[in-house]
Amino acid sequence: MFDSTNAIPDPQQFPATRWSLIEAARSPDAAQRQRALETLISAYWRPVYKYIRLHWNKDNEEAQDLTQDFFARLLEKHLLDRFDPARARLRTYLRVCVDGLVMNTDKAAQRQKRGGDVAFLPLDFESAEGELRQLPIASPTGPEEFFAQEFARSLFGLAVDRLRHECEAKGKTLHFQLLELYDIDEAGKQLTYEDAGRRLGIKPTDVTNYLAFARREFRRIVLQELRSMTASDEEFRREAQMLLGVKLT
Amino acid sequence: MTWLSDSALERLRAAADAPDLAGTRYQLVSKLGQGGMGGVFQVEDQVLERQVALKAVSIADPQGTLAARLLQEARIIARLEHPGIVPVHDAGMLPDGRPYYTMKLVQGQRLDAHVVAVTTLTDRLRLFLRICDPVAFAHAHGVLHRDLKPSNVMVGPFGEVLVMDWGLSKLLHDPQQREKASVASDNLPTVPPADRTAHGTVLGTPGYMAPEQAEANAVIDQRADIYSLGAILQFLLAGALPLPRALDAIRKQAMNVDSSRRYHAVQELSADIQHFLDGVAVSAYPEGPLTRMWRWVRRNRAWILLLLVYIVVRALLIFFRPH
Repeated sequence: MFDSTNAIPDPQQFPATRWSLIEAARSPDAAQRQRALETLISAYWRPVYKYIRLHWNKDNEEAQDLTQDFFARLLEKHLLDRFDPARARLRTYLRVCVDGLVMNTDKAAQRQKRGGDVAFLPLDFESAEGELRQLPIASPTGPEEFFAQEFARSLFGLAVDRLRHECEAKGKTLHFQLLELYDIDEAGKQLTYEDAGRRLGIKPTDVTNYLAFARREFRRIVLQELRSMTASDEEFRREAQMLLGVKLT
Repeated sequence: MTWLSDSALERLRAAADAPDLAGTRYQLVSKLGQGGMGGVFQVEDQVLERQVALKAVSIADPQGTLAARLLQEARIIARLEHPGIVPVHDAGMLPDGRPYYTMKLVQGQRLDAHVVAVTTLTDRLRLFLRICDPVAFAHAHGVLHRDLKPSNVMVGPFGEVLVMDWGLSKLLHDPQQREKASVASDNLPTVPPADRTAHGTVLGTPGYMAPEQAEANAVIDQRADIYSLGAILQFLLAGALPLPRALDAIRKQAMNVDSSRRYHAVQELSADIQHFLDGVAVSAYPEGPLTRMWRWVRRNRAWILLLLVYIVVRALLIFFRPH
Protein backbone atom coordinates (compact mmCIF):
# COMPACT_ATOMS: atom_id res chain seq x y z
CA MET A 1 0.00 0.00 0.00
CA PHE A 2 1.10 3.46 -0.72
CA ASP A 3 2.67 5.28 2.18
CA SER A 4 2.34 9.00 1.75
CA THR A 5 3.59 9.90 5.21
CA ASN A 6 6.97 10.92 3.93
CA ALA A 7 6.36 10.20 0.30
CA ILE A 8 8.98 11.46 -2.09
CA PRO A 9 7.79 10.80 -5.60
CA ASP A 10 10.50 8.97 -7.44
CA PRO A 11 11.56 11.13 -10.37
CA GLN A 12 11.98 8.01 -12.41
CA GLN A 13 8.48 6.88 -11.58
CA PHE A 14 7.07 8.70 -14.55
CA PRO A 15 8.86 9.52 -17.73
CA ALA A 16 9.58 13.22 -18.25
CA THR A 17 6.97 13.32 -20.94
CA ARG A 18 4.28 15.98 -20.78
CA TRP A 19 1.22 15.61 -18.60
CA SER A 20 2.24 12.06 -17.78
CA LEU A 21 0.48 12.00 -14.43
CA ILE A 22 -2.97 12.94 -15.69
CA GLU A 23 -2.65 10.59 -18.62
CA ALA A 24 -1.39 7.82 -16.36
CA ALA A 25 -4.22 8.38 -13.89
CA ARG A 26 -6.67 7.68 -16.71
CA SER A 27 -4.72 4.74 -18.04
CA PRO A 28 -6.41 1.36 -18.44
CA ASP A 29 -3.29 -0.17 -16.86
CA ALA A 30 -4.23 -0.49 -13.16
CA ALA A 31 -0.62 -0.41 -11.92
CA GLN A 32 0.17 2.74 -13.85
CA ARG A 33 -3.06 4.35 -12.67
CA GLN A 34 -2.26 3.46 -9.08
CA ARG A 35 1.23 5.01 -9.26
CA ALA A 36 -0.20 8.20 -10.76
CA LEU A 37 -2.80 8.50 -8.05
CA GLU A 38 -0.23 7.93 -5.35
CA THR A 39 1.82 10.82 -6.71
CA LEU A 40 -1.27 13.00 -6.88
CA ILE A 41 -2.28 12.10 -3.34
CA SER A 42 1.22 12.84 -2.02
CA ALA A 43 0.88 16.45 -3.24
CA TYR A 44 -2.78 17.01 -2.46
CA TRP A 45 -3.76 15.20 0.71
CA ARG A 46 -2.42 17.86 3.08
CA PRO A 47 -4.13 20.77 1.26
CA VAL A 48 -7.36 18.76 1.16
CA TYR A 49 -7.23 17.93 4.89
CA LYS A 50 -6.35 21.48 5.93
CA TYR A 51 -8.99 22.90 3.62
CA ILE A 52 -11.69 20.70 5.16
CA ARG A 53 -10.48 21.54 8.66
CA LEU A 54 -10.32 25.30 8.23
CA HIS A 55 -12.65 26.21 5.40
CA TRP A 56 -15.41 23.75 6.33
CA ASN A 57 -14.66 24.09 10.01
CA LYS A 58 -14.66 20.33 10.61
CA ASP A 59 -13.08 18.79 13.65
CA ASN A 60 -9.99 16.66 13.45
CA GLU A 61 -11.71 13.28 13.19
CA GLU A 62 -14.38 14.35 10.75
CA ALA A 63 -11.79 16.03 8.52
CA GLN A 64 -9.73 12.83 8.55
CA ASP A 65 -12.78 10.79 7.53
CA LEU A 66 -13.70 13.22 4.77
CA THR A 67 -10.13 13.29 3.45
CA GLN A 68 -10.07 9.51 3.35
CA ASP A 69 -13.49 9.53 1.71
CA PHE A 70 -12.38 12.01 -0.88
CA PHE A 71 -9.38 10.03 -2.04
CA ALA A 72 -11.32 6.77 -1.83
CA ARG A 73 -13.89 8.31 -4.17
CA LEU A 74 -11.15 9.66 -6.41
CA LEU A 75 -9.89 6.11 -6.78
CA GLU A 76 -13.21 4.27 -6.90
CA LYS A 77 -15.31 6.65 -8.94
CA HIS A 78 -12.53 7.55 -11.38
CA LEU A 79 -13.18 11.21 -10.76
CA LEU A 80 -10.11 12.18 -12.75
CA ASP A 81 -11.72 10.74 -15.87
CA ARG A 82 -14.26 13.53 -15.67
CA PHE A 83 -11.64 16.25 -15.34
CA ASP A 84 -11.67 18.54 -18.37
CA PRO A 85 -8.52 20.68 -18.52
CA ALA A 86 -10.27 23.06 -20.91
CA ARG A 87 -12.75 24.02 -18.19
CA ALA A 88 -10.68 24.28 -15.03
CA ARG A 89 -7.31 23.76 -13.44
CA LEU A 90 -6.78 20.40 -11.78
CA ARG A 91 -6.32 22.15 -8.43
CA THR A 92 -9.63 23.95 -8.77
CA TYR A 93 -11.37 20.79 -9.96
CA LEU A 94 -10.16 18.87 -6.91
CA ARG A 95 -11.19 21.63 -4.55
CA VAL A 96 -14.67 21.76 -6.08
CA CYS A 97 -14.89 17.96 -5.72
CA VAL A 98 -13.97 18.34 -2.04
CA ASP A 99 -16.68 21.00 -1.64
CA GLY A 100 -19.22 18.67 -3.26
CA LEU A 101 -18.22 15.81 -1.03
CA VAL A 102 -18.43 17.82 2.17
CA MET A 103 -21.78 19.34 1.22
CA ASN A 104 -23.42 16.12 0.17
CA THR A 105 -21.93 13.53 2.43
CA ASP A 106 -23.68 12.23 5.43
CA LYS A 107 -20.81 11.22 7.63
CA ALA A 108 -22.36 8.17 9.27
CA ALA A 109 -23.75 6.87 6.00
CA GLN A 110 -20.42 7.26 4.30
CA ARG A 111 -18.58 5.44 7.04
CA GLN A 112 -21.05 2.62 6.67
CA LYS A 113 -20.85 2.73 2.91
CA ARG A 114 -17.07 2.67 2.87
CA GLY A 115 -17.15 -0.29 5.26
CA GLY A 116 -14.22 -2.59 4.99
CA ASP A 117 -13.99 -2.66 1.21
CA VAL A 118 -11.59 0.21 0.80
CA ALA A 119 -8.27 0.31 2.59
CA PHE A 120 -7.49 3.48 4.52
CA LEU A 121 -4.67 5.54 3.14
CA PRO A 122 -1.87 5.81 5.72
CA LEU A 123 -1.94 9.59 5.84
CA ASP A 124 -0.05 11.31 8.63
CA PHE A 125 -2.88 13.46 9.92
CA GLU A 126 -1.02 14.16 13.15
CA SER A 127 1.74 16.03 11.35
CA ALA A 128 -0.81 17.88 9.21
CA GLU A 129 -2.63 18.88 12.40
CA GLY A 130 0.68 20.14 13.80
CA GLU A 131 1.21 22.20 10.64
CA LEU A 132 -2.25 23.71 11.03
CA ARG A 133 -1.28 25.01 14.46
CA GLN A 134 1.62 26.87 12.87
CA LEU A 135 -0.53 28.67 10.32
CA PRO A 136 -1.31 32.35 10.94
CA ILE A 137 -4.57 32.91 12.77
CA ALA A 138 -7.62 33.62 10.61
CA SER A 139 -6.13 34.57 7.30
CA PRO A 140 -8.55 36.69 5.26
CA THR A 141 -8.05 34.68 2.06
CA GLY A 142 -10.88 32.97 0.21
CA PRO A 143 -11.15 29.20 -0.28
CA GLU A 144 -9.36 29.21 -3.64
CA GLU A 145 -6.44 31.24 -2.29
CA PHE A 146 -6.18 29.10 0.84
CA PHE A 147 -6.22 25.87 -1.16
CA ALA A 148 -3.66 27.28 -3.62
CA GLN A 149 -1.35 28.36 -0.79
CA GLU A 150 -1.56 24.95 0.88
CA PHE A 151 -0.99 23.21 -2.43
CA ALA A 152 2.11 25.37 -2.96
CA ARG A 153 3.30 24.51 0.55
CA SER A 154 2.79 20.81 -0.11
CA LEU A 155 4.46 20.84 -3.52
CA PHE A 156 7.41 22.91 -2.31
CA GLY A 157 7.77 20.58 0.69
CA LEU A 158 7.90 17.58 -1.63
CA ALA A 159 10.39 19.38 -3.86
CA VAL A 160 12.62 20.19 -0.86
CA ASP A 161 12.55 16.52 0.18
CA ARG A 162 13.37 15.41 -3.32
CA LEU A 163 16.18 17.94 -3.60
CA ARG A 164 17.66 16.71 -0.32
CA HIS A 165 17.41 13.13 -1.57
CA GLU A 166 19.07 13.95 -4.89
CA CYS A 167 21.82 16.08 -3.33
CA GLU A 168 22.67 13.31 -0.88
CA ALA A 169 22.79 10.80 -3.72
CA LYS A 170 25.19 13.06 -5.66
CA GLY A 171 27.39 13.88 -2.66
CA LYS A 172 26.22 17.51 -2.72
CA THR A 173 24.92 17.78 0.83
CA LEU A 174 26.59 21.15 1.29
CA HIS A 175 24.60 22.54 -1.61
CA PHE A 176 21.36 21.46 0.03
CA GLN A 177 22.47 22.72 3.45
CA LEU A 178 23.01 26.17 1.97
CA LEU A 179 19.53 26.25 0.46
CA GLU A 180 18.13 25.10 3.79
CA LEU A 181 20.12 27.78 5.59
CA TYR A 182 19.16 30.70 3.36
CA ASP A 183 15.72 29.80 2.08
CA ILE A 184 14.10 27.64 4.77
CA ASP A 185 15.62 28.32 8.21
CA GLU A 186 14.54 31.52 9.88
CA ALA A 187 18.00 32.06 11.37
CA GLY A 188 19.78 32.16 8.02
CA LYS A 189 17.96 35.18 6.62
CA GLN A 190 20.57 37.70 7.75
CA LEU A 191 23.63 35.50 7.26
CA THR A 192 26.36 36.82 4.94
CA TYR A 193 28.09 34.49 2.48
CA GLU A 194 31.29 34.92 4.51
CA ASP A 195 29.49 33.75 7.67
CA ALA A 196 27.96 30.78 5.89
CA GLY A 197 31.34 29.91 4.34
CA ARG A 198 33.02 29.96 7.77
CA ARG A 199 30.26 27.85 9.27
CA LEU A 200 30.48 25.20 6.55
CA GLY A 201 34.23 25.46 5.95
CA ILE A 202 34.05 26.67 2.36
CA LYS A 203 34.96 29.85 0.48
CA PRO A 204 32.34 32.61 -0.03
CA THR A 205 32.58 32.08 -3.79
CA ASP A 206 31.71 28.43 -3.23
CA VAL A 207 28.71 29.54 -1.19
CA THR A 208 27.53 31.59 -4.19
CA ASN A 209 28.02 28.72 -6.63
CA TYR A 210 26.61 25.98 -4.40
CA LEU A 211 23.56 28.04 -3.53
CA ALA A 212 22.96 28.90 -7.18
CA PHE A 213 23.16 25.19 -8.00
CA ALA A 214 20.71 24.22 -5.25
CA ARG A 215 18.24 26.95 -6.23
CA ARG A 216 18.47 26.02 -9.89
CA GLU A 217 17.80 22.37 -9.01
CA PHE A 218 14.96 23.36 -6.70
CA ARG A 219 13.33 25.37 -9.46
CA ARG A 220 13.78 22.47 -11.89
CA ILE A 221 12.22 19.99 -9.48
CA VAL A 222 9.28 22.26 -8.64
CA LEU A 223 8.48 22.81 -12.29
CA GLN A 224 8.96 19.13 -13.07
CA GLU A 225 6.61 18.10 -10.27
CA LEU A 226 4.10 20.67 -11.35
CA ARG A 227 4.33 19.69 -14.95
CA SER A 228 3.44 16.13 -14.08
CA MET A 229 0.38 17.35 -12.19
CA THR A 230 -1.13 19.62 -14.79
CA ALA A 231 -3.09 18.72 -17.85
CA SER A 232 -2.14 21.32 -20.42
CA ASP A 233 0.54 23.83 -21.32
CA GLU A 234 -1.75 26.65 -20.30
CA GLU A 235 -2.57 25.13 -16.92
CA PHE A 236 1.12 24.46 -16.31
CA ARG A 237 1.98 28.08 -17.11
CA ARG A 238 -0.76 29.46 -14.88
CA GLU A 239 0.05 27.15 -12.00
CA ALA A 240 3.73 28.01 -12.27
CA GLN A 241 2.78 31.67 -12.14
CA MET A 242 0.85 31.00 -8.97
CA LEU A 243 3.63 28.93 -7.45
CA LEU A 244 6.30 31.51 -8.18
CA GLY A 245 4.14 34.31 -6.86
CA VAL A 246 3.70 36.01 -10.19
CA LYS A 247 0.41 37.80 -10.83
CA LEU A 248 -1.60 36.62 -13.77
CA THR A 249 -1.96 38.99 -16.64
CA MET B 1 7.60 15.92 4.46
CA THR B 2 9.47 19.11 5.27
CA TRP B 3 7.17 21.68 6.90
CA LEU B 4 7.55 25.12 5.35
CA SER B 5 6.48 28.28 7.11
CA ASP B 6 4.91 31.13 5.13
CA SER B 7 8.23 32.95 5.34
CA ALA B 8 10.16 29.92 4.00
CA LEU B 9 7.58 29.52 1.25
CA GLU B 10 8.08 33.12 0.16
CA ARG B 11 11.87 32.80 0.26
CA LEU B 12 11.74 29.58 -1.77
CA ARG B 13 9.45 31.29 -4.25
CA ALA B 14 11.94 34.13 -4.58
CA ALA B 15 14.83 31.66 -4.87
CA ALA B 16 13.06 29.75 -7.63
CA ASP B 17 12.21 33.01 -9.38
CA ALA B 18 15.70 34.57 -9.15
CA PRO B 19 17.74 34.33 -12.35
CA ASP B 20 20.54 31.79 -12.31
CA LEU B 21 23.60 33.93 -13.05
CA ALA B 22 26.27 31.27 -12.41
CA GLY B 23 29.02 31.54 -15.01
CA THR B 24 27.73 34.85 -16.39
CA ARG B 25 29.31 38.30 -16.08
CA TYR B 26 26.44 39.40 -13.83
CA GLN B 27 25.90 39.17 -10.10
CA LEU B 28 22.47 39.53 -8.56
CA VAL B 29 21.97 42.61 -6.38
CA SER B 30 18.21 42.79 -5.84
CA LYS B 31 14.85 42.41 -7.45
CA LEU B 32 13.43 45.63 -8.86
CA GLY B 33 9.99 44.59 -10.00
CA GLN B 34 7.73 42.03 -11.52
CA GLY B 35 5.66 42.16 -14.68
CA GLY B 36 3.29 39.68 -16.19
CA MET B 37 6.00 38.08 -18.28
CA GLY B 38 9.15 38.39 -16.24
CA GLY B 39 11.04 39.88 -13.36
CA VAL B 40 13.43 42.80 -13.50
CA PHE B 41 16.54 42.55 -11.34
CA GLN B 42 19.37 44.88 -10.46
CA VAL B 43 22.62 43.10 -11.28
CA GLU B 44 26.26 44.10 -11.36
CA ASP B 45 28.12 43.71 -14.63
CA GLN B 46 31.41 42.47 -13.21
CA VAL B 47 33.36 43.07 -16.41
CA LEU B 48 32.41 46.72 -16.84
CA GLU B 49 31.90 47.24 -13.10
CA ARG B 50 28.53 48.92 -13.42
CA GLN B 51 25.01 48.27 -12.25
CA VAL B 52 22.50 47.33 -14.92
CA ALA B 53 18.94 46.04 -15.01
CA LEU B 54 18.32 42.47 -16.12
CA LYS B 55 14.94 41.26 -17.31
CA ALA B 56 14.29 37.53 -17.45
CA VAL B 57 11.26 35.35 -18.07
CA SER B 58 10.32 34.21 -14.60
CA ILE B 59 7.54 31.79 -15.20
CA ALA B 60 7.15 28.47 -16.88
CA ASP B 61 7.16 28.81 -20.60
CA PRO B 62 6.55 25.36 -22.05
CA GLN B 63 6.15 26.49 -25.64
CA GLY B 64 8.77 29.23 -25.60
CA THR B 65 6.12 31.87 -26.29
CA LEU B 66 7.26 34.22 -23.56
CA ALA B 67 10.90 33.71 -24.49
CA ALA B 68 10.09 34.78 -28.03
CA ARG B 69 8.25 37.84 -26.73
CA LEU B 70 11.13 38.80 -24.46
CA LEU B 71 13.61 38.51 -27.32
CA GLN B 72 11.32 40.52 -29.56
CA GLU B 73 11.04 43.18 -26.87
CA ALA B 74 14.84 43.37 -26.63
CA ARG B 75 15.19 43.64 -30.39
CA ILE B 76 12.52 46.32 -30.63
CA ILE B 77 14.15 48.43 -27.92
CA ALA B 78 17.55 47.90 -29.51
CA ARG B 79 16.34 49.45 -32.75
CA LEU B 80 14.93 52.50 -30.93
CA GLU B 81 17.98 54.58 -30.11
CA HIS B 82 16.43 57.61 -28.45
CA PRO B 83 17.29 59.48 -25.23
CA GLY B 84 13.75 58.79 -24.04
CA ILE B 85 14.03 55.02 -24.45
CA VAL B 86 16.20 52.82 -22.20
CA PRO B 87 19.08 51.33 -24.19
CA VAL B 88 19.56 47.53 -24.31
CA HIS B 89 23.10 46.31 -23.57
CA ASP B 90 23.01 42.57 -24.02
CA ALA B 91 20.69 39.60 -24.55
CA GLY B 92 21.13 35.87 -24.16
CA MET B 93 20.20 32.72 -22.28
CA LEU B 94 20.78 32.05 -18.59
CA PRO B 95 22.24 28.72 -17.41
CA ASP B 96 18.74 27.64 -16.32
CA GLY B 97 17.49 28.07 -19.87
CA ARG B 98 15.61 31.31 -19.34
CA PRO B 99 16.16 34.11 -21.85
CA TYR B 100 17.17 37.53 -20.57
CA TYR B 101 18.33 40.93 -21.67
CA THR B 102 20.15 43.67 -19.82
CA MET B 103 19.54 47.38 -20.11
CA LYS B 104 20.56 50.64 -18.52
CA LEU B 105 19.60 50.83 -14.87
CA VAL B 106 17.34 53.86 -14.59
CA GLN B 107 17.56 55.70 -11.30
CA GLY B 108 14.60 57.93 -10.89
CA GLN B 109 10.94 58.16 -10.04
CA ARG B 110 7.91 56.82 -11.78
CA LEU B 111 5.73 59.52 -13.26
CA ASP B 112 2.90 58.82 -10.83
CA ALA B 113 5.26 59.56 -7.93
CA HIS B 114 7.21 62.35 -9.61
CA VAL B 115 4.13 64.35 -10.63
CA VAL B 116 3.48 65.40 -7.03
CA ALA B 117 6.53 67.65 -7.21
CA VAL B 118 5.44 69.26 -10.50
CA THR B 119 2.99 71.88 -9.34
CA THR B 120 2.33 74.23 -12.27
CA LEU B 121 0.20 73.45 -15.29
CA THR B 122 2.90 74.71 -17.64
CA ASP B 123 5.54 72.39 -16.15
CA ARG B 124 3.19 69.42 -16.33
CA LEU B 125 2.45 70.11 -19.98
CA ARG B 126 6.16 70.43 -20.75
CA LEU B 127 6.67 67.10 -19.01
CA PHE B 128 3.91 65.62 -21.15
CA LEU B 129 5.61 66.86 -24.31
CA ARG B 130 8.78 65.02 -23.27
CA ILE B 131 6.73 61.82 -22.96
CA CYS B 132 5.31 62.32 -26.44
CA ASP B 133 8.76 62.57 -28.04
CA PRO B 134 9.95 58.93 -27.64
CA VAL B 135 6.48 57.62 -28.49
CA ALA B 136 6.46 59.65 -31.71
CA PHE B 137 9.98 58.38 -32.42
CA ALA B 138 8.86 54.77 -31.90
CA HIS B 139 5.88 55.26 -34.21
CA ALA B 140 8.17 56.71 -36.85
CA HIS B 141 10.15 53.46 -36.59
CA GLY B 142 7.05 51.33 -36.87
CA VAL B 143 6.70 50.40 -33.21
CA LEU B 144 3.59 50.62 -31.03
CA HIS B 145 4.05 50.64 -27.25
CA ARG B 146 0.49 49.45 -26.35
CA ASP B 147 0.88 49.88 -22.60
CA LEU B 148 1.56 53.56 -21.98
CA LYS B 149 0.67 54.63 -18.43
CA PRO B 150 2.23 56.74 -15.66
CA SER B 151 3.91 53.74 -14.03
CA ASN B 152 5.72 53.00 -17.31
CA VAL B 153 7.28 56.47 -17.47
CA MET B 154 10.38 57.24 -15.41
CA VAL B 155 11.70 60.69 -14.66
CA GLY B 156 15.42 60.79 -13.93
CA PRO B 157 17.24 63.00 -11.43
CA PHE B 158 18.02 65.56 -14.15
CA GLY B 159 14.45 65.69 -15.41
CA GLU B 160 15.10 63.26 -18.26
CA VAL B 161 11.99 61.31 -19.24
CA LEU B 162 12.18 57.64 -20.20
CA VAL B 163 9.36 55.52 -21.56
CA MET B 164 9.77 52.06 -20.06
CA ASP B 165 8.43 48.53 -20.38
CA TRP B 166 8.13 47.80 -24.05
CA GLY B 167 7.03 44.26 -23.20
CA LEU B 168 3.75 44.64 -25.06
CA SER B 169 5.23 46.60 -27.93
CA LYS B 170 4.55 45.55 -31.45
CA LEU B 171 6.11 46.13 -34.82
CA LEU B 172 3.71 47.73 -37.26
CA HIS B 173 5.72 46.49 -40.18
CA ASP B 174 6.73 43.06 -38.96
CA PRO B 175 7.64 41.23 -42.17
CA GLN B 176 6.33 37.97 -40.68
CA GLN B 177 2.95 39.58 -40.18
CA ARG B 178 2.80 41.57 -43.38
CA GLU B 179 0.91 38.95 -45.30
CA LYS B 180 -1.73 38.74 -42.59
CA ALA B 181 -2.06 42.48 -42.09
CA SER B 182 -5.29 44.05 -43.13
CA VAL B 183 -5.67 47.54 -44.51
CA ALA B 184 -7.02 49.96 -41.97
CA SER B 185 -8.81 53.17 -42.47
CA ASP B 186 -6.74 56.21 -43.37
CA ASN B 187 -3.99 53.88 -44.63
CA LEU B 188 -2.31 53.81 -41.23
CA PRO B 189 -0.12 50.80 -40.54
CA THR B 190 -1.89 48.41 -38.19
CA VAL B 191 -1.47 45.32 -36.07
CA PRO B 192 -3.94 42.72 -37.32
CA PRO B 193 -6.36 41.28 -34.76
CA ALA B 194 -4.89 37.82 -35.13
CA ASP B 195 -1.58 39.11 -33.86
CA ARG B 196 -2.77 41.03 -30.86
CA THR B 197 -1.03 38.66 -28.46
CA ALA B 198 0.53 35.28 -28.48
CA HIS B 199 -2.35 33.85 -26.48
CA GLY B 200 -5.20 35.84 -27.96
CA THR B 201 -5.77 37.67 -24.71
CA VAL B 202 -6.14 41.39 -24.25
CA LEU B 203 -2.93 43.19 -23.39
CA GLY B 204 -2.88 46.63 -21.81
CA THR B 205 -4.01 48.41 -18.68
CA PRO B 206 -7.64 49.36 -18.06
CA GLY B 207 -8.05 53.12 -17.85
CA TYR B 208 -5.09 53.73 -20.15
CA MET B 209 -5.86 51.17 -22.82
CA ALA B 210 -7.67 52.28 -25.97
CA PRO B 211 -11.17 50.76 -26.27
CA GLU B 212 -10.25 48.97 -29.48
CA GLN B 213 -7.52 47.03 -27.64
CA ALA B 214 -10.26 45.21 -25.75
CA GLU B 215 -12.23 44.35 -28.87
CA ALA B 216 -11.82 40.97 -30.47
CA ASN B 217 -11.57 41.96 -34.10
CA ALA B 218 -10.43 45.56 -34.08
CA VAL B 219 -7.27 46.65 -35.79
CA ILE B 220 -4.75 48.44 -33.62
CA ASP B 221 -2.61 51.29 -34.84
CA GLN B 222 -0.74 54.26 -33.41
CA ARG B 223 -4.00 55.89 -32.39
CA ALA B 224 -4.19 53.31 -29.58
CA ASP B 225 -1.01 54.85 -28.12
CA ILE B 226 -2.49 58.32 -28.69
CA TYR B 227 -5.47 57.32 -26.57
CA SER B 228 -3.07 56.21 -23.81
CA LEU B 229 -1.19 59.51 -24.10
CA GLY B 230 -4.53 61.29 -23.71
CA ALA B 231 -5.15 59.27 -20.55
CA ILE B 232 -1.70 60.26 -19.26
CA LEU B 233 -2.53 63.89 -20.06
CA GLN B 234 -5.75 63.49 -18.08
CA PHE B 235 -3.73 62.05 -15.20
CA LEU B 236 -1.35 65.02 -15.33
CA LEU B 237 -4.22 67.50 -15.43
CA ALA B 238 -6.04 65.99 -12.47
CA GLY B 239 -6.65 68.74 -9.95
CA ALA B 240 -6.04 71.55 -12.44
CA LEU B 241 -9.34 73.38 -12.00
CA PRO B 242 -10.84 75.03 -13.81
CA LEU B 243 -9.41 73.18 -16.82
CA PRO B 244 -9.01 75.53 -19.81
CA ARG B 245 -11.50 74.56 -22.51
CA ALA B 246 -8.88 74.24 -25.21
CA LEU B 247 -6.84 71.86 -23.06
CA ASP B 248 -9.90 69.79 -22.25
CA ALA B 249 -10.69 69.62 -25.97
CA ILE B 250 -7.17 68.30 -26.65
CA ARG B 251 -7.64 65.62 -24.00
CA LYS B 252 -11.04 64.66 -25.38
CA GLN B 253 -9.79 64.41 -28.93
CA ALA B 254 -6.85 62.23 -27.88
CA MET B 255 -9.19 59.97 -25.91
CA ASN B 256 -12.06 59.83 -28.36
CA VAL B 257 -13.70 56.39 -28.25
CA ASP B 258 -13.83 56.48 -32.04
CA SER B 259 -10.21 56.12 -33.09
CA SER B 260 -10.90 57.84 -36.44
CA ARG B 261 -11.74 61.04 -34.53
CA ARG B 262 -8.51 61.05 -32.53
CA TYR B 263 -5.28 62.75 -33.54
CA HIS B 264 -3.72 60.64 -36.27
CA ALA B 265 -0.15 61.23 -35.15
CA VAL B 266 1.54 62.00 -31.84
CA GLN B 267 3.09 65.05 -33.46
CA GLU B 268 -0.39 66.53 -33.97
CA LEU B 269 -1.17 66.04 -30.29
CA SER B 270 2.11 67.53 -29.11
CA ALA B 271 1.73 70.43 -31.58
CA ASP B 272 -1.64 71.26 -30.02
CA ILE B 273 -0.12 71.17 -26.52
CA GLN B 274 2.71 73.41 -27.70
CA HIS B 275 0.22 75.80 -29.29
CA PHE B 276 -1.71 75.93 -26.03
CA LEU B 277 1.50 76.75 -24.17
CA ASP B 278 2.27 79.46 -26.75
CA GLY B 279 -1.21 80.91 -26.35
CA VAL B 280 -2.30 80.29 -29.92
CA ALA B 281 -5.34 78.41 -31.25
CA VAL B 282 -5.35 74.64 -31.00
CA SER B 283 -6.79 72.41 -33.70
CA ALA B 284 -8.96 70.50 -31.23
CA TYR B 285 -10.92 73.56 -30.15
CA PRO B 286 -12.62 75.57 -32.91
CA GLU B 287 -13.04 79.16 -31.76
CA GLY B 288 -15.76 81.70 -32.63
CA PRO B 289 -14.91 85.18 -34.01
CA LEU B 290 -15.17 86.86 -30.62
CA THR B 291 -12.88 84.31 -28.98
CA ARG B 292 -10.45 84.62 -31.86
CA MET B 293 -10.45 88.41 -31.51
CA TRP B 294 -10.01 88.23 -27.78
CA ARG B 295 -7.08 85.79 -28.26
CA TRP B 296 -5.59 88.21 -30.88
CA VAL B 297 -5.94 91.07 -28.44
CA ARG B 298 -4.31 89.09 -25.64
CA ARG B 299 -1.44 87.97 -27.83
CA ASN B 300 -0.82 91.53 -29.12
CA ARG B 301 -1.68 93.37 -25.97
CA ALA B 302 1.71 95.14 -25.76
CA TRP B 303 1.37 96.60 -29.25
CA ILE B 304 -2.27 97.46 -28.66
CA LEU B 305 -1.33 99.20 -25.43
CA LEU B 306 1.36 101.19 -27.21
CA LEU B 307 -1.10 102.13 -29.92
CA LEU B 308 -3.66 103.22 -27.34
CA VAL B 309 -1.05 105.31 -25.51
CA TYR B 310 -0.05 106.89 -28.82
CA ILE B 311 -3.66 107.68 -29.67
CA VAL B 312 -4.35 109.14 -26.22
CA VAL B 313 -1.19 111.27 -26.31
CA ARG B 314 -2.01 112.51 -29.81
CA ALA B 315 -5.54 113.31 -28.70
CA LEU B 316 -4.26 115.19 -25.68
CA LEU B 317 -1.79 117.09 -27.83
CA ILE B 318 -4.54 118.05 -30.24
CA PHE B 319 -6.89 119.00 -27.45
CA PHE B 320 -4.37 121.12 -25.60
CA ARG B 321 -2.74 122.58 -28.74
CA PRO B 322 -2.33 126.37 -28.28
CA HIS B 323 -4.63 128.20 -30.58
